[in-house]
Amino acid sequence: MSLWNKHAIFEKNSIVLTVGILVVVAIGGLVEIAPLFYLKSTIEKVEGVRPYTPLELAGRSIYVREGCYNCHSQMIRPLRDEVERYGHYSLAAESMYDKPFQWGSKRTGPDLARVGGKYSDEWHVAHLANPRSVVPQSIMPGYAFLSRAEIRPEQVEGHLRSNRLGGVPYTDEQIQNALTDLRAQVNPDSPNVQALQVRYPGATARAFGGNPAAAGNGTVTEMDALVAYLQVLGTMVDFRTYDARANMR
Amino acid sequence: MAVQPEIDPATGRTTTGHEWDGIKELNSPLPKWWLYIFYATIVWSIGYWVVYPAWPLVTNYTKGAFGYSSRQEVVRDLDALKALRAERSTALASTPLEDITKNPTLLTFALAQGKAAFGDNCAPCHGLGAAGSRGFPNLRDDSWLWGGGIQDIHQTIAYGIRNGDDRARQGNMPPLGGPNGVLKTDEIVTVANYVLSMSGQTTRPGADLAKGKELFIANCSACHGEDGRGNRDLGAPNLTGRNWVYGSDEKTIIETITLGRGGVMPGWTTRLDETTVKALAVYVHALGGGQ
Repeated sequence: MSLWNKHAIFEKNSIVLTVGILVVVAIGGLVEIAPLFYLKSTIEKVEGVRPYTPLELAGRSIYVREGCYNCHSQMIRPLRDEVERYGHYSLAAESMYDKPFQWGSKRTGPDLARVGGKYSDEWHVAHLANPRSVVPQSIMPGYAFLSRAEIRPEQVEGHLRSNRLGGVPYTDEQIQNALTDLRAQVNPDSPNVQALQVRYPGATARAFGGNPAAAGNGTVTEMDALVAYLQVLGTMVDFRTYDARANMR
Repeated sequence: MAVQPEIDPATGRTTTGHEWDGIKELNSPLPKWWLYIFYATIVWSIGYWVVYPAWPLVTNYTKGAFGYSSRQEVVRDLDALKALRAERSTALASTPLEDITKNPTLLTFALAQGKAAFGDNCAPCHGLGAAGSRGFPNLRDDSWLWGGGIQDIHQTIAYGIRNGDDRARQGNMPPLGGPNGVLKTDEIVTVANYVLSMSGQTTRPGADLAKGKELFIANCSACHGEDGRGNRDLGAPNLTGRNWVYGSDEKTIIETITLGRGGVMPGWTTRLDETTVKALAVYVHALGGGQ
């Protein structure tokens, strides 16, 4: 009896089968996943990618909570038609602070990897509240409740902490000032905006959710957060200074 | 129930040793054609390891015999596309906007490129047919906030409106209501009714239009003009016509005066190349309202 006929031992002992499966899957993981943690050449060297501000991070959590990834990908693949439509193909470095990443593989709606700055805040608010009001042919559900739901202040710091556990390099200072930064980013008149921009270079402060009066009072809605997140997507890397040839891989 | 495998007398094959109610299972081998194709795919995969980037190493990974890279491929594809469009693109880039419309070949090229770019970038706000929606102007009609000449349209597309860029179009409708507002709530209603009357709409019974006119001239005419015909340098809309960005009913006008308006349009030079922006200007100008 050759070795090939020995499979009965796996079929008759569930523990042996479990161990066998574990070994085979572990080999696959070791070859396909483990190298990505130590191979430096898989991540491009780019400038400008920073951890999300507390407001953007809160928006990201809402994005994940509402399952936006079920219909929207955040990865422009290196294919001509995608680059023509959405802009420069996505870089691994651009999602290095995404825990977990939102690349996705399902596009019922368009890719959102570079949606930041493409439309106005006003459009995002109108579109999220009722997509058909601006895009009649859209089949996206409405999210009008986001304007009424407040970000719970006691959770803000924890969001940053849990991301730090996952490997995002938030400093103690950033964590301590999380709530201040969250409120400052929706209120351009706040004296804390400058400190926010020192902690998070390139962050912009405005009433993203379209309610400056509430934002001025320190009320931050989920609409503010989600729009702030959408408006930063794909905008961190300055592609005028990006050397595509040096990062060809 | 398991029994000893045995030779099945009918087929001459061994059984698996499984038996249910007297029914035994034959241990039939996989069909040969299937098995050999399976082995062939394994051999084929070795070819893939050699040709394509495949195996991770300690500090790097195998690059494949021909150095294939999807990123190089897309750069090549885009270069090929650029080369294909080169002649017309160069002509489009070097021809002044007014002259493009006089050259039928160039015009066709610009309209085709403009249409595609409009669908990708402008349609979410202005609509697929450019008819706009509340807060996002219709681009097919004759009324223009910032001017409907091809140069004006090009300027608006290139740098946008109130987006923080210094080159963007500036000017906003400030909030006139609220606790610190210039106008009180009843004054706003009065001036709103005067605005309604300017475009020939029905006003509220008993509205004091003379007072409204006085308030309008004091607070609104700097931008909208005494006759309410607007000012394209400031993006102040004409209030005497039938085209309204946010709506022409009393409620909307009161809301506009109370809270102000400041629609933002992104500038597109940062996102699109110069030729595409030009093509978009030609396309929007040709939609029907170009002046």
